[in-house]
Amino acid sequence: MNFPTILGLWIAATLTIAIFSFLYKDNPLYKFAEHLYVGVSAAYWVIFAAKFTMEQQLINEFSANWHLYLDTGSRAAFWEAWILVIPTILGFMMLTRWFGPKVGWISRWPIAFTIGLGTGLAITGSIQGVQLPQVQATFVPFWGPDLWVVVGNILLFTGVISSIIYFYFSKPHKGFLGGVSRVGIIFIMVSFGAAFGYTVMSRVSLLIGRLYFLVYEWIGGTIEFIKAL
Amino acid sequence: MKFVKWLTSVDRRIIFLLVILVVLVPMLITISIPFEVGEPAQNAFNAMDSLPPGSVVMFSVDYDATSYPECHPMIVAMTHHAFKKDLKIILVANIATGLPLGQEALERGAAEHGKEYGVDYVNLGYRPGMVAIMVGMGREIRDFYAQDYANANVDSLPVMQNVHNYDDIALLVSFAHGMQVETWIAYAGARFGQQIIGGVTGVVAPDLYPYLQSGQLVGLLGGLKGASEYESLINRKGLASRGMPAQSAAHILIILLIVIGSISEFIINAHSRRKK
Repeated sequence: MNFPTILGLWIAATLTIAIFSFLYKDNPLYKFAEHLYVGVSAAYWVIFAAKFTMEQQLINEFSANWHLYLDTGSRAAFWEAWILVIPTILGFMMLTRWFGPKVGWISRWPIAFTIGLGTGLAITGSIQGVQLPQVQATFVPFWGPDLWVVVGNILLFTGVISSIIYFYFSKPHKGFLGGVSRVGIIFIMVSFGAAFGYTVMSRVSLLIGRLYFLVYEWIGGTIEFIKAL
Repeated sequence: MKFVKWLTSVDRRIIFLLVILVVLVPMLITISIPFEVGEPAQNAFNAMDSLPPGSVVMFSVDYDATSYPECHPMIVAMTHHAFKKDLKIILVANIATGLPLGQEALERGAAEHGKEYGVDYVNLGYRPGMVAIMVGMGREIRDFYAQDYANANVDSLPVMQNVHNYDDIALLVSFAHGMQVETWIAYAGARFGQQIIGGVTGVVAPDLYPYLQSGQLVGLLGGLKGASEYESLINRKGLASRGMPAQSAAHILIILLIVIGSISEFIINAHSRRKK
């Protein structure tokens, strides 16, 4: 293990402990680590956007297609280059929000474009990809050779129908409707319980990951480094 | 009664300390606990294992450092499995900050199995506009990924020679800490019939079970447990398997705390009712 690696490990370990110190109480060390994290993340995103979006997707793409057009006279390359001007202009229009309400309205045009595109894609994706297949998946047989599959199918059907009825607000939940919606609440509560259980598992996993790092990589790595000196 | 009241108002820092101790001890004494592999993880393994050598799988890095302990063991295990089966891997990312993690997993797997960049695997990098890309890749991947992450033309890379759209990708695995798997299902799965596996954090996993039942997901790895199941299926212990004893110990502690808290509250309520 070389010196830069061990230095990196110590920085990571110090920041981990600084973040964990919040569990005792809020303190300057925690605040420093928190601000550093936000700053580094923001800087990473800026560099990433500049390097892999602006440079790679716009400047290099335009330049490559433009040179191809100049070398070969390809009309496709010509249009591939100039089509990039449209998103560039839309991007600059978005920035007009910085210059106050007098010109800020211009930014609404690219926002409208983005929302229109996003909504169109979301609606088709939701209907085609989620709603129809999920409705279709509730058409399950209530008979068959495997008893547990049948029980599961009945539970699935009951759960779906009763949960949907719980969210049906056009009639008061009394009588039969009230009874079914109470069954719906039970199913919803069970799903909340499952989600809570998984969330606990998830958070404990994060703690395991960090403690594993502290014990085996930081302390273990430091011991290894000292031994090698 | 004093003790019961103290139990319900115990300083939360004591609980934090208990959780840390309960996680640390199984980690230090390295105990192993038996566990069964669930059907969703088994199906994920079978889907990968049944692919013929040379098939192309796409790994989508849809997580970052905040979900490293859960998602990273999954991508490490699946990379190992894919390279062992001589499959080709295409890496893409919908979370820019996760890209280096995916690259690290692939490089580690490649070094172990003697795989070469550009021939056996490629990192196409991150592109903004997740949904548009997912839809567009059904036509031509090059429309969005003309270069890889290092700016090399993808046509110059042998691994991309005959790969143009989802028809050429045998299996797609999304390692996600958000809704990305559902987005892949809605666009790549529903529209283009792409086979999809989800490798997700524990928080996301319960939302994906309906897609398993409907057959829209081929398999699912949920949280550290899912990762450890995959590690056991490929006979390779990693971070997930080593973390499972600590996970189980922490769960037992949390169950005990919930039971103790509930019983204490019940006793206090019964006592105050009797007083009235």
